[in-house]
Amino acid sequence: MADYTFWLIAAITVISAAFVVLNNQLVYSAVALLFTLFGVAGLYVFLWADFIAGVQLLVYVGGILVLIIFGIMLTNRISSVRISHKSVQQGVGGAVIIWLFIFLSIVILKTPWLNQTAMEPASSVAQVGKLLLMKYLLPFEVISVLLLGALIGAATLSREDP
Amino acid sequence: MDQLNSYLFIAAILFSLGVFGVITRRNGIAVLMGVELILNAANINFIAFSRFGGMNFDGHVFGLLVIVLAAAEAAVALAIIINIYNNMNTINVDQASQLKQ
Repeated sequence: MADYTFWLIAAITVISAAFVVLNNQLVYSAVALLFTLFGVAGLYVFLWADFIAGVQLLVYVGGILVLIIFGIMLTNRISSVRISHKSVQQGVGGAVIIWLFIFLSIVILKTPWLNQTAMEPASSVAQVGKLLLMKYLLPFEVISVLLLGALIGAATLSREDP
Repeated sequence: MDQLNSYLFIAAILFSLGVFGVITRRNGIAVLMGVELILNAANINFIAFSRFGGMNFDGHVFGLLVIVLAAAEAAVALAIIINIYNNMNTINVDQASQLKQ
């Protein structure tokens, strides 16, 4: 049962990701990206990363996707849902990514990956919190400064006459 | 679902599709969506290696940092795209090739 659910979520993720990059309507791409992000959150649940799955839903679906849709609405006519945008050089791009995928597949199949079995943790929140505030305290503080910089920078950039 | 390879293949497919989006789309926001796909693929790899490397939580911390960076990147990129639209009335990244006009 869990197996079928996993493959269903994987199929949703991959198919909607293909829809994001292949269809010609920008709003449809944004909605397909929603399903991709949901699918990735589902994969995190299968990887026992419950906290990351929650953060993925909050930040990506609740924040970044809304930002992207705001961007679409601000740079196009709001009344038309069918905002088309054409792709260029799909042949060359397709050849490049098929080559890239074959290369990645060879790497994945040839490498003897470490495959340790572990007990499923009851919750990952406590461990992640300990790591964030002890081992990775400096990156944690630096990234908060970076967020402040991004906040001020984005607000300054998008003003009418800075 | 208990194989590392299946997660790595899903991440590889997402990464390839993201690269395809970045190199074929000419709309700035669509390029940004491709970048988001690439970041998600990297994140799946981080969490998968963390799970199959003996449930090591360092990968989770890296995944969190990647998500935060993606949020900052999306905010700044959209501010830049809206600025380009206000100045040039287009967000085609091929036409926006000059720093000032």
